[in-house]
Amino acid sequence: MTTTEARPSTPEKEVGKARTRKEDQRLITGRSRYTDSISLTGMLHLAMVRSPFAHARITGIDVGAAKAADGVIAVLTGADLADTQGSLPNAWPIVPEQKAPAHPSIAVDTVNFAGEVVAAVVARTPQAARDAAELVDVDYDELAPVLDLAEAATDATVIHPDLGTNVSAHFVFDSAQAGTGGDVDAAIEQTRADGGVVVERTLRQNRLIPAFMEPRSWVCDPTGDQIVLYAATQIPHVLRVLLALTLGISESKLRIIAPDVGGGFGGKLQVNPEEVITLLAATRLGKPVKYTETRSESMVAAHHGRDQIQKLTMSATRDGKITGFKVQLLADMGAYLAVLGGGVPALGAFMFNAIYKIPAYQFDLTTVFTNKTWTDAYRGAGRPEATFGVERMLDELAAELAMEPLELRQLNWIKHEEFPFTTVSGLQYDSGNYEAATAKAKELFGYDELRAEQQRRRESGDPVQLGIGISTFTEMCGLAPSRILGALAYAAGGWEAASIRMLPTGKVEVVTGSTPHGQGHETAWSQIVADQLGVPFEDIEVLHGDTQIAPKGMDTYGSRSLVVGGQAVINAAQKVIEKAKPLAAHLLEASADDLEFAGGKFTVKGTDTSISMPELAFAAFAAHNLPDGMEPSLDSEATFDPVTFSFPHGTHLAAMEVDTETGMVKLRKYVCVDDIGNVVNPLIAEGQVHGGLAQGIAQAMFEDAVFDEQGTLVSGSFVDYLVPSAADLPHFDTAMTTTPSTTNTLGVKGVGEAGTIASTPAIVNGAIDAVRHLGVADLPMPLSPWAVWRALQGATPASGSAAAAGTGLGGNDPGGTESARMGAGGVADGRDSASDKTEGDRA
Amino acid sequence: MIPAAFDYQAPASVEEALQLLSGGGDTEIKVLAGGQSLLPVLKMRLAAPDLVVDLAKIPGLTGIREDGDRIVVGAMTTHHEVANDPLVAEHLLLLQEAAKTVADPQVRHRGTLGGALVHADPAGDLLAPVLALDAELVISGAAGRRTVPAAEFFQGLFTTAVGEDEILTEIRFPRHTGWGARYEKFTRVVQQWSVVSVAASVRMDGGAIAEAVVALTNMGSTPIRASSVEQALAGCAATAEAVGAAVAGVAEGTSPPADLNGDADYRRQLAVVLARRAVLAAAGVS
Repeated sequence: MTTTEARPSTPEKEVGKARTRKEDQRLITGRSRYTDSISLTGMLHLAMVRSPFAHARITGIDVGAAKAADGVIAVLTGADLADTQGSLPNAWPIVPEQKAPAHPSIAVDTVNFAGEVVAAVVARTPQAARDAAELVDVDYDELAPVLDLAEAATDATVIHPDLGTNVSAHFVFDSAQAGTGGDVDAAIEQTRADGGVVVERTLRQNRLIPAFMEPRSWVCDPTGDQIVLYAATQIPHVLRVLLALTLGISESKLRIIAPDVGGGFGGKLQVNPEEVITLLAATRLGKPVKYTETRSESMVAAHHGRDQIQKLTMSATRDGKITGFKVQLLADMGAYLAVLGGGVPALGAFMFNAIYKIPAYQFDLTTVFTNKTWTDAYRGAGRPEATFGVERMLDELAAELAMEPLELRQLNWIKHEEFPFTTVSGLQYDSGNYEAATAKAKELFGYDELRAEQQRRRESGDPVQLGIGISTFTEMCGLAPSRILGALAYAAGGWEAASIRMLPTGKVEVVTGSTPHGQGHETAWSQIVADQLGVPFEDIEVLHGDTQIAPKGMDTYGSRSLVVGGQAVINAAQKVIEKAKPLAAHLLEASADDLEFAGGKFTVKGTDTSISMPELAFAAFAAHNLPDGMEPSLDSEATFDPVTFSFPHGTHLAAMEVDTETGMVKLRKYVCVDDIGNVVNPLIAEGQVHGGLAQGIAQAMFEDAVFDEQGTLVSGSFVDYLVPSAADLPHFDTAMTTTPSTTNTLGVKGVGEAGTIASTPAIVNGAIDAVRHLGVADLPMPLSPWAVWRALQGATPASGSAAAAGTGLGGNDPGGTESARMGAGGVADGRDSASDKTEGDRA
Repeated sequence: MIPAAFDYQAPASVEEALQLLSGGGDTEIKVLAGGQSLLPVLKMRLAAPDLVVDLAKIPGLTGIREDGDRIVVGAMTTHHEVANDPLVAEHLLLLQEAAKTVADPQVRHRGTLGGALVHADPAGDLLAPVLALDAELVISGAAGRRTVPAAEFFQGLFTTAVGEDEILTEIRFPRHTGWGARYEKFTRVVQQWSVVSVAASVRMDGGAIAEAVVALTNMGSTPIRASSVEQALAGCAATAEAVGAAVAGVAEGTSPPADLNGDADYRRQLAVVLARRAVLAAAGVS
């Protein structure tokens, strides 16, 4: 105990500092350790034999030549593993009637997508394994592949005969039934009767490949009874439980280690056939076994994302008040139900209403099997699909009403003074200010100037037309309150665990159950704990990703780490302080009530007598002089279960140029203003926004998983699956507005998915806005130049080419609104007759 | 990505290389000349040669020099060297423009002009400029050296005049000193093979185009010289209208491929638009 000069009494606050990431020194200088970097003595290597057919019966497998090849130890087929491999888990039976086919890790008698594993070769070297894999001779009887989502839903050909149907589940949220709003069909009919507008559109969510940088990899090391599995996974803890359940292994015998993991975006939130095969090969042979997929394998076998047909009906009054919104979705599951795949699109139930006050709402989801790669979470998971749908519909409604699309949004969104607000899907939004974010975005964007340029280009018939894309969004982050997950039949809870170990020398180890795979947890957690305990940032070590070091956790996805895991860390730190207080009082010979904790030390109020955390840590370690009954430890742990979600929001604006001669779409300017609540590290938050934008823009403009009529993935390499690089994207103008979340003490909301969720509709709305006056009513994703050019060829310019910019252009040119209305959206003959004209598919 | 096993030889002379190529019998041999296309093909096991003959160790196959009225580029000269060479900049601006657009800096530092030409991917960016600039390709074989004009060099999809027991050693270009040039490359993302591209170089006389050369990338199984367009451009005013009219037929008679990026009709449309833009840019009119 001292009267301290040793450290400043109020150290600079760490939270809010734009620190460079402490993990980057290692990651960018080649000192990272990914799963594939791990090499164990005596380790064997796996190569997979994959089906070239999307749908076929296996009539025979000849492994003779492969087994006889140099260096080959074993060849495993589905028959070999039939008794041990179990069925890969489906952890989200959204309705009790949900149908899930058995999913063997190695196909036993049929294959249901091109790329499915039919055999695995174990050899002394990866080369020998690959060479021998080529020698495995599989006979197939080809079956008709079911590839078209809408057709699959009709059950013309049933993929899994034992299920009797291709429909996995039918999930409905209805605001009338839930008591959160009116009956949507009645609302739409009433709107029609009242002379309002009913807009019906069918939109398509393209299929995406997560395309994480590090291909998936596993090393399994069976040592006696103990099985150690190194895995390139986002979810070591969830994986441990699910592998134990799937394979009947005692959970206590299974240790999962996620070393450095090179990206995931949801793509490594899975229980994979390849990890089961690696584990079973290792345990059968009693040797360490490694499997690292090639990029080509990753493209076909790691789960895909999105892929929906969205039939959307929105009704509104003539002056723009939304009266009802009906959402009918078909979601492609691929060949099997992935671990969360059955539930991901259902998250849209809570998000299609977005930031808007919608009096009547229905969400009707049908999940369907096809003979394609399975689908599951991909950055945003269910929420980008919803945001895309509603934001596209707002633009369509604006066009039909000839209203300025931002004004239409403002007319319908929740006003800042209305928070907390319970939405039509039953969620309570705690905070937000859509007006502030939108005003800031408009200003940064130069909205009015761009609208004026758009008008000039239209009038001059410029071959390059300009459009302005708008997207506002909110998302439910901080997955998730366990009680709500329970109500949604999700198989687990949504809490997160943390513990803090006070080392004798005053250093601190923070153990987190939220496993990073590129996000920067080590830096952010250190900043949080530095403020909590008053110890230097550099004295904090963050431990994670090994189920023996961090035994409890729910891992990283759904923008949950900071909101849930960060709060758990704070709670653990608070417990350390609570434990330390009686010790401090004892050593300072003061009453605990007279102590205050600040800047890393306890001080007797009104004196300069104090004792620091490191001193207390050493005192607890030495244990020579503790209060009676105190255990000699300050270490603490906490498990935090959020009561509700957090709701980041933002307004995104995109200036899109469309070259009408080539169909080329170019993103010229992008502005986003996000409200993610308080910010722990602005540099990391900015990075998350940039990366998220890149992925959302990529869905809109570039990326598309395309299958041919045989079910072969045509865009199976980066030659055809176009992942944009920095050179393909403009400078992003990003800014923040802040309304702190009230659901956690940090006031944070989550930032991992924001950019992805909001940017896709902004881009597509912008491209359509550029050419709507030419008669283009919709453009498919991705906005390939060819597709855009075709749309332009098929389009008939709207009557009266005086079509004004901004669909209705209300504010910009009041005198011209009438002619603008005539042109925009084709509602040429005035208000009275418009409603029936808007019914049809005008595409 | 692990290729099937193969033998590797890196001969020290052209003669030694030719010996290896001719000594094969049934042996399947691939020549490695930078490897930016070959290595992915090997790794994806789309080819499994018994022997790979690497030309990288042969002295004298790299570099750019003047030889009378010709500019000579060694076959093993990298795209980076071509794109940054002062002789190329002065006399073969079109070649420089195209070389700058090849893939990314890493590929441009490894990939070679000769390798790209013999690989003869119809979407490759250097074929059309070589054709447009009337290059002569010098091929060495057991019987000695022969020279093939570019118009006869590209024979089909991934097929050239270079025989299995021959290697391309140099590319000889007539000077196009003072010619304007533009390689108008159309891709969806920066690092992508050309969907369609147009190589154009023009010699101006006053405000008009005196002479023009135009060739097309990825509009068929080989690069295509747009000879009738070149004739129409001779003496043409450098205006959007006049050039537009002159290039209107640029895609006539072509059989472009269809893939995820476009069908034949779309590629023909692109060729017309890109040809106009390329010629106007080459003429200094944007």
